[in-house]
Amino acid sequence: MFVDILAFNVQANIFQYLNIHKYRIHKMPLNKKIGLFIPCYVDQFYPNVGIATLELLEKLGCQVSYPMGQTCCGQPMANAGYEWDTIGTTKHFLKTFLDYDYIVAPSGSCVLHIKDHAPAIPGMEKEQESLHQKIFELTEFLTDILKVETLHGSFPHRVGFHASCHGHRGLRLGSCSERNEPFYSKGKQLLEQLDGLEWVELTRTDECCGFGGTFAVTEEALSVQMGKDRLEDHLTHGVEILTGGDISCIMHLEGIAKRNQQPLEFMHIAEILNQAIS
Amino acid sequence: MSHPTKASEFLQDAAKAKWHDETLWFVRDKRDNISKTIPEWEELRELASQIKDNVLANLETYLVEFEKNAKANNIHVHWAKNAEEHNQIVLGILQNHQCKAIVKSKSILTEECHLNPFLENNGIEVVDTDLGERIVQFLNQPPSHIVLPAIHLKKRDISELFHEKLQTEKGNEDPTYLTHAARIHLREKFLGAKVAITGVNFGVAETGEFVVCTNEGNADMGVHLADVHIACMGIEKIIPRRKDLGIFLRLLARSATGQPITNYNSHFRSPAPGKEIHIVLVDNGRTEQLGREKFKNSLKCIRCGACMNTCPIYRRSGGYSYGSVVPGPIGSILSPGLDVKKYSTLPFASTLCGSCTDVCPVKINIHEQLYEWRQEITKAQGTNTKSISMKIANGIFAVPFAYKITGAMMRGALKILPDSITYSGLNIWGKQRDLPETPKETFKDWYKKNRK
Ligand code: SF4
Repeated sequence: MFVDILAFNVQANIFQYLNIHKYRIHKMPLNKKIGLFIPCYVDQFYPNVGIATLELLEKLGCQVSYPMGQTCCGQPMANAGYEWDTIGTTKHFLKTFLDYDYIVAPSGSCVLHIKDHAPAIPGMEKEQESLHQKIFELTEFLTDILKVETLHGSFPHRVGFHASCHGHRGLRLGSCSERNEPFYSKGKQLLEQLDGLEWVELTRTDECCGFGGTFAVTEEALSVQMGKDRLEDHLTHGVEILTGGDISCIMHLEGIAKRNQQPLEFMHIAEILNQAIS
Repeated sequence: MSHPTKASEFLQDAAKAKWHDETLWFVRDKRDNISKTIPEWEELRELASQIKDNVLANLETYLVEFEKNAKANNIHVHWAKNAEEHNQIVLGILQNHQCKAIVKSKSILTEECHLNPFLENNGIEVVDTDLGERIVQFLNQPPSHIVLPAIHLKKRDISELFHEKLQTEKGNEDPTYLTHAARIHLREKFLGAKVAITGVNFGVAETGEFVVCTNEGNADMGVHLADVHIACMGIEKIIPRRKDLGIFLRLLARSATGQPITNYNSHFRSPAPGKEIHIVLVDNGRTEQLGREKFKNSLKCIRCGACMNTCPIYRRSGGYSYGSVVPGPIGSILSPGLDVKKYSTLPFASTLCGSCTDVCPVKINIHEQLYEWRQEITKAQGTNTKSISMKIANGIFAVPFAYKITGAMMRGALKILPDSITYSGLNIWGKQRDLPETPKETFKDWYKKNRK
């Protein structure tokens, strides 16, 4: 029995080693500890997005662990006007991720919250400051820290990218249509590395989908209309798969599309990347 | 009435709502295109923002300087603490000149002070000479947009209105024809008015002059034909030097309508012989706003309207859904400062998408201020997340607006909401959207099994 387990462990290690070699195309910070932050709605409703994020990072040679004690980051409460009521949550988050070199989350919105809106915790200013420096949304972690330049994989589909506002204008994951700046998009930079993927240009490149957290229910009519308009933009341009970096927006868009039986598929960018390179 | 209610009413007429969205998007698109022809666009915004910061930090000094120089130019300067004082001052000037009819070019400040009804109650005929403003005045409506006051109306609406008011041909919707009719009508009013009222876009402290920007030339027409010019100006409209105008005029026209320059940028410095110019400097809550550290830079606004054109909410809910004089994103951060209770839903009429902040020529952090107002409002309401989720769980919906919610995402967020709420008849999320399928296991469960 004991021997069995040992053998299994050795096998697993070899397997992992091979995996790393198969996908390791860059100098990855293997010695760095990466904490995986899975926002609560991903945990609850989209475990596959969490799994894809984890597997993707592992394939790229990262040492990732998921601190079990993590809870909601407090974003929905803060955006609804209760930032002051999230001190406990913020403190907890800070402690949970204290020992990691990097924290990565498949959500621009939650990362932005931690950076911009989590209330200051008296006595932990230093830790908080360092947290803000080491927390990253998945795509920016891939492009800016791991510097992923050549992914080997194929994804032969017409893909429409939904640039979620909090990631887009908040974290500046892409150039914003309002500003006079050269084009860039961290999502596109990654997706275009896949063979066969067709990046579909939209008419309104970065208009809000209308999710907006509690807005989705407090302003239900507007929220749905905005979502419908986004979907129409993707559909008229022949998008097959709508993707993005924030599953909350996708959940909202998918919910409307399904209700109206629109022929669109929805995937988080982590799912596309992970699927394509496996 | 709250913003969500009015917004859903606006959306009832789906075709019109779509048209409204597309029309304003067109204006934003024009603005995007022209701003990208200026390589130093972002630098201009930064400069404008810094100049306005400087103005706000030294407002008193600049105002005193402005007053001194304006007086030296033979301009009468009046100070009004609030709307009431402003209106009284204007009325006083009109009575001194036995004036019974005035023409007025676009001024959001006079809207804010509700000058029109006040003067009308005092027996004075007020004619708004900006075409869009005249249209909404005929309808007894306030402007629905600060630059495009009648943007909520279609050609047909205007044709019908003009048929009734100006006896134009029934069914003739030709814009040139309708504009021509308005011109003839307004010309008569211009000729009859002894006093003209205008707003002020920029007051130059260094010279005591002020600038009024219009596309129709109606401010000039009114002023030149009248004996007395009353310029109503919010105290934040000051800029330090004449040369600063170069920055602001370039930004204003492009941001507002995508034009390289406003058609008429009229500079008023001193009255012509035998005529009078009065400036009424109005506070009306501005000093108070200046004292609010988090919100003071809302006073940098140059009223270009770009944040309205870009706002996905404004475009789909219309100016009236805000119920405030200044609608849209900037209105949503200015209005709660005037009456936090009345306008409590406005800071929530946003997804915090940030487009307004990026489009704003003076770099006001509009969406950040929306967020900050939310914090103020919930504090004023004295609720907290726990008490609210408990109330929701108990099925009591007499809770503040912000938390009148159910919805699946809150189950994850608050961990207190039972499934019965999520899937009950009160499931607002699910009215027009499917819920994601509940997966067999959470990520956490999967991780426990597969990685530890
Ligand atoms: S807030 Fe900025 S964008 Fe909005 S009207 Fe004022 S200056 Fe223009």
